[in-house]
Amino acid sequence: MTEPPTASGPVFGFVGVEVVRGGRRVLHSLDLELGPGLTVLAGPSGAGKSTLLRLCNRLDAPDSGTVRYRGRDLTTIDPLELRRMVAMVFQNPVIFPGTVRDNLAAARPARPSLIAESLDAADLDGSYLDRTADDLSGGEQQRVCLARALCTEPDVVLMDEPTSSLDPRATKAIEHEARMLVDAGHPIVWVSHQLDQLRRIADEVVLLDDGHIVAQGPPHELDDTITATLEET
Amino acid sequence: MSTTDIGYAGLAASLLLIAVVVGLSLWQRLRLERSVADAVARALVQLLIVGLALDLVLDEDRSLAWSWLWVLVIVVTAAMTVRHRAREVPGIAWSALVAYLLALGACLAVVFGLDVFPLEARTLVPVSGMIVGNSMRSAVVTARNLADLLSERRADIEARLALGMSGSDALRPSLRSAIRLGLLPQVDATRTVGLVALPGTMTGLILAGVDPEDAVLVQAALLFLILGSAAIAVTVVGLWTARWAVTSDQRFVHVDRPADV
Repeated sequence: MTEPPTASGPVFGFVGVEVVRGGRRVLHSLDLELGPGLTVLAGPSGAGKSTLLRLCNRLDAPDSGTVRYRGRDLTTIDPLELRRMVAMVFQNPVIFPGTVRDNLAAARPARPSLIAESLDAADLDGSYLDRTADDLSGGEQQRVCLARALCTEPDVVLMDEPTSSLDPRATKAIEHEARMLVDAGHPIVWVSHQLDQLRRIADEVVLLDDGHIVAQGPPHELDDTITATLEET
Repeated sequence: MSTTDIGYAGLAASLLLIAVVVGLSLWQRLRLERSVADAVARALVQLLIVGLALDLVLDEDRSLAWSWLWVLVIVVTAAMTVRHRAREVPGIAWSALVAYLLALGACLAVVFGLDVFPLEARTLVPVSGMIVGNSMRSAVVTARNLADLLSERRADIEARLALGMSGSDALRPSLRSAIRLGLLPQVDATRTVGLVALPGTMTGLILAGVDPEDAVLVQAALLFLILGSAAIAVTVVGLWTARWAVTSDQRFVHVDRPADV
């Protein structure tokens, strides 16, 4: 992993961001700043969490407003370059055909040693490299996906409910790896609707409901609001 | 009696088996009588009209421009047919039109440029019909499979885009599968030709009294032209569709799964 940028200020900034999909307003004129550390985007289903996350690496585009990454308007950054700086791990493990090595090579690591380093950062050892990725357990596959994302040497990692299909043990492993990345200076934006999980992992929580920001702050300060919003659904 | 002059009595005799189909349908309550009758009537009317039109176009005094006009009608009709069969893929009619024109252009350049056949109405119209008809089948299969794959593999494609791959790189595995699926039936048809059924052109030529060896040469030449033109058509349709599926800022556009037809 390369050293993360030391630029101060927010990692992502959203100014007047609106997203409309299929005639429905998914995000309403959103103003928001996401800082370093592990930020959890929380909220009930359909709150707009995943859409907000996908705006950060331009897998989705806002209908109006501006998204900034480290102060730069995202539309001024080549999306292919941006996505190597802002990596993403999806809700369900997306495994490409072939071995674990093939999967990691698909990320076109800049140097060969990155494959071993990324595997290690995802808590997988070298014996996995020649195993068929499709034969691994769900938890192992998700760690391969994390390792593959890390092969691009990202600054930030986006995680879209990465543990929703995993058992408690695999969930704990992914949460642990995420914390290690944050401690190494790589901000993480993590989507979750699980109350227990966000209490465990979040440095900061952005609570969304129906496309609006309901609250933002450290989890212990927002506990009642978070509980009320998430348990309502 | 000549083998090519069966007359209306011969045609009527062939309808005897249609009567058997209708009888079977009534007996087993398949409710296919109307469909069969409709198909037979349509085929008869369409072929009679085509026969009359061919009579006009193939007249030796007629300008070749009429034959080219006929070819244009074939191409446009085939493009409209693909649009009907793969309507989930926007722009498919245009891509099919371009694909057929390129495939047909390449084929006719070989056929007439290298003197495989003489350029006259008698060769231009049937060869074009055969090329475009087969390209159309392959293009429909490719377009429908690609729409299906793009819908089914959304997660895979977005995972590739999220790694910083370009749209064309991210779509390549799906595109490759769709092109293979579109072309394989044609490859199989070429591989197995003659083993089960004698192909139409060859059968027609032999029935018309042409020496079997000559008939085989014509059939083989046509088969290779059909395979080549189908490959061109499916590649153009595939690349065009793939290009449409990713925006200029490398976002994947949601594709609906094709409806059953």
